[in-house]
Amino acid sequence: MSKLPDVLKRREAGILTEWLRELKQSAGLRGLPPNLEETCRAFLVQLAQASRNGNLTDIGKPEWNEMRHLLEELSVSRARQGDTPSETAGFVFSLKQPLFAAIRDEAKNIEEMAGETWMASRLLDSLGLYTTEVHQKGREDIIQRQQAEMMELSTPVVRLWEGILALPLIGTLDSERTQTVMESLLEKIVETGAAIAIIDITGVPTVDTLVAQHLLKTVAAARLMGADCIISGIRPQIAQTIVHLGVGLGDVITKASMADAFSLALKRSGYSLIRHQPENA
Amino acid sequence: MDIERSEVIRVTSSEDVVRIRQLVREWAIRSGFNLVEQTKIVTGASEIARNTVNHGGGGTLLVEAVNNGSRRGIRLTFEDKGPGIADLELAMKDGYSTGGGLGLGLGGAKRLSNEFEISSRPGEGTRVRMTRWK
Ligand SMILES: Nc1ncnc2c1ncn2[C@@H]1O[C@H](COP(=O)(O)OP(=O)(O)OP(=O)(O)O)[C@@H](O)[C@H]1O
Ligand SMILES: [Mg+2]
Repeated sequence: MSKLPDVLKRREAGILTEWLRELKQSAGLRGLPPNLEETCRAFLVQLAQASRNGNLTDIGKPEWNEMRHLLEELSVSRARQGDTPSETAGFVFSLKQPLFAAIRDEAKNIEEMAGETWMASRLLDSLGLYTTEVHQKGREDIIQRQQAEMMELSTPVVRLWEGILALPLIGTLDSERTQTVMESLLEKIVETGAAIAIIDITGVPTVDTLVAQHLLKTVAAARLMGADCIISGIRPQIAQTIVHLGVGLGDVITKASMADAFSLALKRSGYSLIRHQPENA
Repeated sequence: MDIERSEVIRVTSSEDVVRIRQLVREWAIRSGFNLVEQTKIVTGASEIARNTVNHGGGGTLLVEAVNNGSRRGIRLTFEDKGPGIADLELAMKDGYSTGGGLGLGLGGAKRLSNEFEISSRPGEGTRVRMTRWK
């Protein structure tokens, strides 16, 4: 049976002081996080409570539920503050020195000291690692939300010229957003009375049947509203893949680049581009 | 045939489909496939992954980097325990869809791979295995 709970109980105040000192020493430019002392105290209480069960090796067990919960909250809030996963894990690892010192002082002999230190070290490693796992998950959620928000904020339909709209599509196209983006194009067509819309897919990494279907539906709907679509930015690898998929773009006009599409759109709208000699040439 | 590396990933949501595309692309790059081949493998994976989510109620993907002695390849095995497909021949037909899709996913994925096997049992699930060789 490990002595860890006893050590923690008898030495709590000293361990806490030393731990806080370690943390202050290693604090980065952002300074110390708020409620640091409270967090440390709660951590020590949980550590003592959970380890009283004798299980110091498997933190997946129910007796570690509250500790895991504490670490989850910690990781999520640290991720929000912009901490890296290793910074968050560092919080747990920085308890090692103070805890080992306390174990050393309390141990009756070398064997006990070595055994207890080894156990405590393994335990803190797995707790620190756990924060990294949660941290990673927390950041993914944050990134996903930020991406969704960015999509909301951007109004991707741009008016290139009188009667000519462009929709540069970027990124993954099978979210619900595709639907919304396509709808916003159709709305803009109605609003501006545009006769030509260029859908540029240069920034779309994969065109599968779902993306193709969205594109074809949009082209058909635009046509019903009196606008012709040009799809531009179909890269060679995408073109080959579409052919194998068996998707027929039918009579949809396609152009390699947005510039080609724009010049065709101008021509179709009755404009012509004339290059004048620079005046002082 | 040698299996050089393998990994199992869950396929349950449309976010998983996105992640699978990224992962399969990484594997294809590591196995030395060129851009056109990568795009074909990724697009095939995207089709079957979406079928697994939308029609199969979710499942798993086994990605394997394989080697048959002279050529390297990527083998993708999708499995679900969904409703299964009663008439495989019909499902494979271009234009056949029960979900309002284009009905080109299965046929397209087959054309994008070198080897394509599908097996399914109504009420038990569906398994699609496709391999592309370098
Ligand atoms: N894993 C699966 N489980 C059950 N049914 C499936 C599964 N995969 C495909 N099917 C059936 O086969 C049909 C054809 O699949 P296919 O991928 O070719 O077309 P789709 O998914 O309907 O449309 P899309 O062209 O967008 O892929 C589906 O509509 C569905 O009924
Ligand atoms: Mg499909």
